[in-house]
Amino acid sequence: MGIPGKEKLWDKEEKEHRKYDDVRIFADKDLKNYTEDELKTFKPKHATPMLDELEKGPWPSFVSDLKREALHRKKVGQDNLLIPMEAVDDLLGVVELSYKEGETHWKHGGIVGVLGYGGGVIGRYCDQQQKFPAVAHFHTIRVNQPGAKFYNTDFLRAFCDICEYRGSGITNMHGSTGDMVMLGSTTEQLEPIFFDLTHDLGNDIGGSGSNLRTPSDCIGPARCEFACYDTLGMCYEMTMAFQDELHRPAFPYKFKFKFDGCPNCCVASIARSDMAFIGTWKDDIRINQEAVQAYVADKIPRDGGGMTGANWGPFDIKSEIIDLCPTHCMQWDGKKLSINNAECIRCMHCINAMPEALRVGKDTGLSILLGAKAPILEGAQMSVLTVPFMYAKHPFESQQAFARKVQDWWIEEGKNRERLGELIQRMGLKTLIEVLGLPAMPQMVKEPRSNPYVFFKADEVPGGFARDIDDYRSRHPK
Amino acid sequence: MSKERLGYFDPKKPQEGRITDIGPSHYGQFMPPILRKNYGNWASHRILEPGLLMHVSETGDKAFSVRFGAPRVMSVEHIREICDIADKYCNGYVRWTTRNNVEFITDKEDTARALKKDLDSRKHIGGSFKFPTGGTGNSITNIVHTQGWLHCHTPATDASGLVKAVADDLFNDFKTMRMPAKLRVSMACCLNMCGAVHCSDIALLGYHRKPPAIDNDAVGKACEIPLVVAACPLYAIKPVTTAEGKKTVTINTEKCMYCGNCYTMCMGLPLADKEGDGVAILAGGKISNRLSQPKFSKVVVPWLPNEMPRWPSVVKTVHQIVEAYAKDAKKYERLGDWAERIGWERFFEKCGLEFSWHLLDDYRLAYDTFRTSTQFKYTDHAWAVSKAAGGI
Repeated sequence: MGIPGKEKLWDKEEKEHRKYDDVRIFADKDLKNYTEDELKTFKPKHATPMLDELEKGPWPSFVSDLKREALHRKKVGQDNLLIPMEAVDDLLGVVELSYKEGETHWKHGGIVGVLGYGGGVIGRYCDQQQKFPAVAHFHTIRVNQPGAKFYNTDFLRAFCDICEYRGSGITNMHGSTGDMVMLGSTTEQLEPIFFDLTHDLGNDIGGSGSNLRTPSDCIGPARCEFACYDTLGMCYEMTMAFQDELHRPAFPYKFKFKFDGCPNCCVASIARSDMAFIGTWKDDIRINQEAVQAYVADKIPRDGGGMTGANWGPFDIKSEIIDLCPTHCMQWDGKKLSINNAECIRCMHCINAMPEALRVGKDTGLSILLGAKAPILEGAQMSVLTVPFMYAKHPFESQQAFARKVQDWWIEEGKNRERLGELIQRMGLKTLIEVLGLPAMPQMVKEPRSNPYVFFKADEVPGGFARDIDDYRSRHPK
Repeated sequence: MSKERLGYFDPKKPQEGRITDIGPSHYGQFMPPILRKNYGNWASHRILEPGLLMHVSETGDKAFSVRFGAPRVMSVEHIREICDIADKYCNGYVRWTTRNNVEFITDKEDTARALKKDLDSRKHIGGSFKFPTGGTGNSITNIVHTQGWLHCHTPATDASGLVKAVADDLFNDFKTMRMPAKLRVSMACCLNMCGAVHCSDIALLGYHRKPPAIDNDAVGKACEIPLVVAACPLYAIKPVTTAEGKKTVTINTEKCMYCGNCYTMCMGLPLADKEGDGVAILAGGKISNRLSQPKFSKVVVPWLPNEMPRWPSVVKTVHQIVEAYAKDAKKYERLGDWAERIGWERFFEKCGLEFSWHLLDDYRLAYDTFRTSTQFKYTDHAWAVSKAAGGI
């Protein structure tokens, strides 16, 4: 958080914590205001025969859920809502129309926002406003989610009240980048929502446009033994340190930080962030030999019990671990497992497969990889290993300084809508490392270049690039 | 909170009381006590059954997590019901995962099991599960997706509905863990890929097949033409002045790859088209560094039609790929690793997929994807080429 000095505003374990009742908008009678029977017989405003087909089948139906919200809004009544009561009815209607016609009915966004910020709100308008007036204006507000998406119900219920009172009552939990997303508000309600969020929830909005997008992290040390650094702490500290960049677009295009605690990459930082912080270690994998024997004796299920749905036969340490190891740096002599850690590339396979016997090392930190992005424009790119290891300790000053160096270069050299990875592509990895003051290392490449077109620098060549044709001709007459 | 129309905001004094740059609420206050106590001290974990995880700390403390699948489009009524359950079983603590699943965490196993039973018993009026547990280990977990026709201006298909149809078909694999390795399905409704599906085992991608329609009036009035021209990665857009003297653009349709980047810059160049739009399927990507390096998904089906409301062709094709993989891959082998081991020619054969010229790369660095080797396997695709070349 949040409001300075109120980091425990909502903490249930604290005596004076804020409760839903302190800030709620709706009374209990407004919340449980319909019966199952009413829901069964409820007819939304528009017939939706195609969407109704999506109520069938076992996976949770968003259509059933939208109908429930439509009924709830109707029962709450327009007097208790600032956004049209029929917003969800009309949403169902406009989506049904798209199902009939095979084309979207949402218009290109307009520029809307809150004062002093240039991001966090996306304007959205319907192109069938006569038919669906309740969703004519249907803006999105991105709300910066707490680390690892932890919540308590006081906070969530308060969030729900804002979403329903000043919005359509429909959310994305969560948007692709990680924000809690409120759908369906109007321009008039943006400032009131922002004030409610900052004053009562103690929570800011997220990023959009050409700014730092809302950073996200894995569950990390909160509940994972693989976490090599404090992903939650670092994500939070970095988000706070880069608030200006997050709210006020000053970049060539979007920029993403993502924080993965280990090379399993649960938040996909390696594929989805301009700057990926991925946990790693530089000492030895910890081995519990007794537990290894227990795996060999089939007393512990392989892969943390995640493969029990099929019959894969008895665990065979040789074929499943030793032979699969990508660098063949492991040995099993029938009693003891040994690892040549210098040759280990920390792929996580053996640890994932035997989590009760093997653990990541104790001397941990993170690798930094730069430049990932989805295909628009120059094709998809994965991020490039740039810094092999860095300790990551609160308050993460070295990572902040590194990030600013990278961003300064990108702001200076990047073209409009050019992602960091595209800039690296255009200017070359060698330029990037020169700017960052890093020496080259073979770990930056899959293999060295196969073309010999090296652009040497003038000062690498005795005499530089200035040529003297007379001197040349003195040795080589025409 | 204020119920006033403008709440705490006073438009006459817009800066008064404004709080800015406060960031997200601190995560520490939302963690269940068992996680706070053992923060950074977890030793190992075990999945007790699909949807139920146990994490054990250095001190022997245990945290039990119950995971269930959620559509990412969610009403506040749905969230409130999740809150009711969290209050009943977990002292009001709950979290979401990166893949739109929800987790309840408790230090008591019997509470977790009772909670799990409760979750699986709740259904929508329409018959679907509200909170189906599962999505752990080698299941096919929740399909992450984008907005689609529910809220986006550039989609080539719907997201929530297509995902619902595919997830219904894969539901048993959400509830069990029979896959050889993790199998991640992701969906993005246009090339912008806010869902970043480019590294998924199976990716569903909304795809336009027609160049933009040009609204000369709107291009002239509402767009920065130089930015529109510069936005095209293939230099297919040129500024022109119409006979009536209006400034607008033309598009070289031969060059256009329908990426929609121009539409992002200019509302006068819409792409959506009922006949043109549909779904591409990509396969074999991964994000994890486990065993092999992370890799991109490859296009294996260039286009399937939008068949509302339940996209039977897409559902059937995904099903074919999943079953071929489940049957043939070795344990720990991700879909992309499997395809590489058996050869992509065998992948197409085993999955029963067509291979057409659309799948030969012709964008930048295409040559890197060409096979420059005599190592190949004979399949029907190969015989067809030999015949066409007059060799057989």
